[in-house]
Amino acid sequence: MKVSLFTTCLTDTFLPRVAVATVRLLRHLGCEVDFPVGQTCCGQMYFNSGYHQQAKRVGRTMLEVFSESEYVVCPSASCVAMIRDYYEELFENESELQGRVKELIGKTFELTEFLDGVLKVDFSQYRLEGIGRVTYHHGCHNRGLGQKAEQVIGLIQAIAGLEYLEPEKMDQCCGFGGAFAVKMEGISASLASDKSRCLAATGADRVVINEGGCWLQIAGYSHREGVAVRPLHIAELLAESLGLMDGEDGL
Amino acid sequence: MIHPGHSFEQAIEEALGDSSLQTSLNTHLVRRSQVARESLLELGEPDRISGLAQRIKQYSVRHLDELLVRFCDRFEGLGGVVHWAADGDEAKRIIVEIAVQHGCKRCVKSKSMVSEEIELNGALIAAGIETVETDLGEFIIQLSNDRPSHIVTPMIHKTRAEVGRLFQEKLGTHYTEDPEELTQIARRYLREKFHQGDLGITGVNFAVAETGSLCLVTNEGNGRMVSSVPRVHIALMGMEKVIGTMRDLGVLFKVFVRSAVGTRLTVYTTIISGPRGQVGVDGPEHLHVVILNNRRSDVLASRHLDLLGCLRCGACLNVCPVYRKIGGHAYGSVYSGPIGAAETPLLAGMASGMETLPELCSLCGACLESCPVKIDLPRDLIGLRNVFVEEGRGPVWMRWAVGFSAWFLSGPRRFRLAQGVGRFVLGRMGQGGWVRRLRFYGSRWTASRDFPVPARESFRELWKASEGEL
Repeated sequence: MKVSLFTTCLTDTFLPRVAVATVRLLRHLGCEVDFPVGQTCCGQMYFNSGYHQQAKRVGRTMLEVFSESEYVVCPSASCVAMIRDYYEELFENESELQGRVKELIGKTFELTEFLDGVLKVDFSQYRLEGIGRVTYHHGCHNRGLGQKAEQVIGLIQAIAGLEYLEPEKMDQCCGFGGAFAVKMEGISASLASDKSRCLAATGADRVVINEGGCWLQIAGYSHREGVAVRPLHIAELLAESLGLMDGEDGL
Repeated sequence: MIHPGHSFEQAIEEALGDSSLQTSLNTHLVRRSQVARESLLELGEPDRISGLAQRIKQYSVRHLDELLVRFCDRFEGLGGVVHWAADGDEAKRIIVEIAVQHGCKRCVKSKSMVSEEIELNGALIAAGIETVETDLGEFIIQLSNDRPSHIVTPMIHKTRAEVGRLFQEKLGTHYTEDPEELTQIARRYLREKFHQGDLGITGVNFAVAETGSLCLVTNEGNGRMVSSVPRVHIALMGMEKVIGTMRDLGVLFKVFVRSAVGTRLTVYTTIISGPRGQVGVDGPEHLHVVILNNRRSDVLASRHLDLLGCLRCGACLNVCPVYRKIGGHAYGSVYSGPIGAAETPLLAGMASGMETLPELCSLCGACLESCPVKIDLPRDLIGLRNVFVEEGRGPVWMRWAVGFSAWFLSGPRRFRLAQGVGRFVLGRMGQGGWVRRLRFYGSRWTASRDFPVPARESFRELWKASEGEL
């Protein structure tokens, strides 16, 4: 199966290890993975802020870059949601692009969706090893894509030696929201503080976050406040458990 | 529709620092949304029933013209009188005229958001008509000269102790915090008002075109008192309230009540079909309905028309992380929460000062999930942000910065360049991979959070260096 990685601008810039883990994991599962180098960003932050012309300008690159791809897999939920929920509206006046938009929507998946729904990987068949206590943040866009928190928690629990600890208010927004985080700084910070408190209260060492924006918010807030729970992506967790990550910066 | 002199920034800061408000929001809203979800689940797959309710409302909104005509025909056939009001001022004038014409001096009101929208009470009082809110929450709000902060539970921001002190001061009763006792005090006071009242004013939850009936839903029974004891009843409704049939009502009623209060039924469900004498011996001698436009036809003509499907259940307020933090008053408008943030700018004609409302949203989508008629509020809020951007509102430097950054993000070479510059600049400012203090607009991020320094090598650099052999 041929898969094109859509890293997203945040992951590419701040979290290259997540993208490396995604590539290794998918290859380990038998996929042929490429990285179309023309990609940049889906334009979500422009679109969400009301700058639709700019979003279109950026999003147009996506339509070109992935036009030849069989599947597009992305380790961040909100970027997938951007394409799936809003690209049709964004390009509604560009009739010549409608075909490409529909095609891209049909073949783009968030990583755990892809593992579960397309590859149908049964991780209980694998020997997964990990040590530590892990909690999970179910991002709003993970939920928005129709993902159930239990699916991802199931993946975490499939890893032997890991202890999963459920946080309170798992569904509540971390307060990122793109430009919201700066425009409404007070509200955003207050939500981050709630989230961080709930995660820390579990006593976990790491929190699984499969969304770039939530990562920026939770990691940034935790670092400022000295909260011990460090973020981790499910791709890193799985790749590490499969021994694909050379142990660097492990659990 | 925005309260004059409202400062969003100040109101938000005050709300976040108000520990009593934070406690009541935290305790009530989470529980409320939980019971709503659980009671909806009793109806089976929530998306199925909501999907049906959504289709009914979407149909109704798209056929408002014919449904309204049919409703008015039937309503008049039953002996009611129909009035059309283009805006709030006209509605108030009509209502005062009806009151004067019938010689009414004492008005009892049941809860109506539309009456808040047009600020009806002031007009009645100015015309010399004593006006008493009879919904317990609204009664407390009126006594304390306050404003509702929630569509369904208007006094969610108040504590029992505050109500106790208020009753002591305004009604001369002994101090108590016991909800039962407080309710009894209000009941005794209001009972008298019901008997003296010669004009009853209600809102309308649903107007059924097929039968010309008005449906009112209350838990306290005050809606029924108001619409049956006084000799004149005026029902005030937004023109979007009309639906086709009693069958539609059956579906909408179910999802509405469960989403609003988490119960299967409200205690009182009143269906009014004409004044006294037509069907039975109960009810007012005169029944009027005032149908209000107040820019609803503009909403109908816009791409946000499905906002008119709102049932006013308040579910989106209860689940909204922003509302849960700041409560209703910080929105500065009658309608708060996600629905208010989307609807108010449209109903107020996109007036200046409204730009902040659609920004009071982290786009988490909880409102859409909880909405019994599946109004896509995040999409509407983004759409409104876009309207404001297209109109050229907001600081010039921001549009410039946005355009500039979009140029960098719309090609891989420029993107690489931007990553390199970012790494260099932030790397010099940061320590251990994190920046503690950003300047200018960035300081809003670092006011409460650290900002990461870009990785030593971006993924695209790693990919290039290894030729894809990662």
